[in-house]
Amino acid sequence: MTNPNALLHRRDVVNELLRDRGDILVIAGLGAPNWDVSAAGDHANNFPLWGAMGAAAMMGLGLALAQPKRKVLVITGDGEMLMGIGSLATIAVEKPPNLTIAVLDNERFGETGMQKTHTASGVDLAGMALAAGIRTSQTVRTMEQVTEIRDLAHQGKGTVFALMKINPEALVFTLPPADGVILTTRFRQSVLGDEALYN
Amino acid sequence: MAETTAKPNPASPPLPSWPDDVYRILKEAGVKQVAMVPDAGHSRLIRAFDADPETRLVTLTTEEEGVAMLAGAWLGGQRGVLLLQSSGVGNCINMLSLPAICHMPLLMLVTMRGDWGEFNPWQIPMGQGTQASLEAMGVIVTRADTPDDVAPTVWGAANLAFNTWRPAAVLIGQRVLGAKNFKELARK
Repeated sequence: MTNPNALLHRRDVVNELLRDRGDILVIAGLGAPNWDVSAAGDHANNFPLWGAMGAAAMMGLGLALAQPKRKVLVITGDGEMLMGIGSLATIAVEKPPNLTIAVLDNERFGETGMQKTHTASGVDLAGMALAAGIRTSQTVRTMEQVTEIRDLAHQGKGTVFALMKINPEALVFTLPPADGVILTTRFRQSVLGDEALYN
Repeated sequence: MAETTAKPNPASPPLPSWPDDVYRILKEAGVKQVAMVPDAGHSRLIRAFDADPETRLVTLTTEEEGVAMLAGAWLGGQRGVLLLQSSGVGNCINMLSLPAICHMPLLMLVTMRGDWGEFNPWQIPMGQGTQASLEAMGVIVTRADTPDDVAPTVWGAANLAFNTWRPAAVLIGQRVLGAKNFKELARK
């Protein structure tokens, strides 16, 4: 029996979101979400960000619009989402059915000394996403709910926003390739085929 | 009673054709996603894309969203363009790391303020800093200061961006767009 008050563990959440990942495409926000996605298994269909804070959700939108038959999953942190907060409004207007945004919310800036983010003071990202117009917007506190979000992400029947309340634990880093050209080229080759190398 | 019937002002220049030429060039370049924060200078181009079922026109809350969106589009195999005013270039600076470090194409069409004939002093700092800011972040910058020069300059930048996988910006000067003067509007 899951204790609803216990905070989720970030790697358990990400491993479940990426269970039987099929051909889902993943954008990972900078910092710990990048390391979490990489710990679940480095993959050509991952685009893990090492910078460009605030980019993750909008990269997911551009990718989802370009690849309407594929499912796109953005996994990022609360600080990164807050920096790109306007993108929730832009995404709500565009409503791509194949885009899920999962925010790992430890209420901290993890890479810089665990300082509190706005969510520690009650700013409700799931409420903001809902108010922007993303109708499927949930706060997730149990692994059963994580599984529901995982299934929604793979179904692609509407834009989904999920705020995962996670433990502010510091874990061993698992690093993907750092070079942007390698990450870009292998992703495009995987999604578009060898033709991507020539265009 | 004032005359209310609108009459064409004989002193008005003919409608510029460069936005139509730019639209055609961007279509030929294969642009499928158009990200923008509107500017009056882009209004005709925005209307053309809005009426085009083959392109997705996305309004942003801030210009750096468009840099990230078009990076995602490129990962998915689509080309795009970012339409913005020079003030919005300042919002993009750190996000320009993304196309720079990943060698992704990014085509930015920037309508200038704080430039030729500007009346609003608040537009000057960013307008005068636009080209230097872009170049500091590795964006290849070209300028068009006459209507006839806009289309060839956009053609050149589009080819640079999409054939060499780099960020490239075209600055469309205020001399092309015409300078506003709110002081005149305030008197009317």
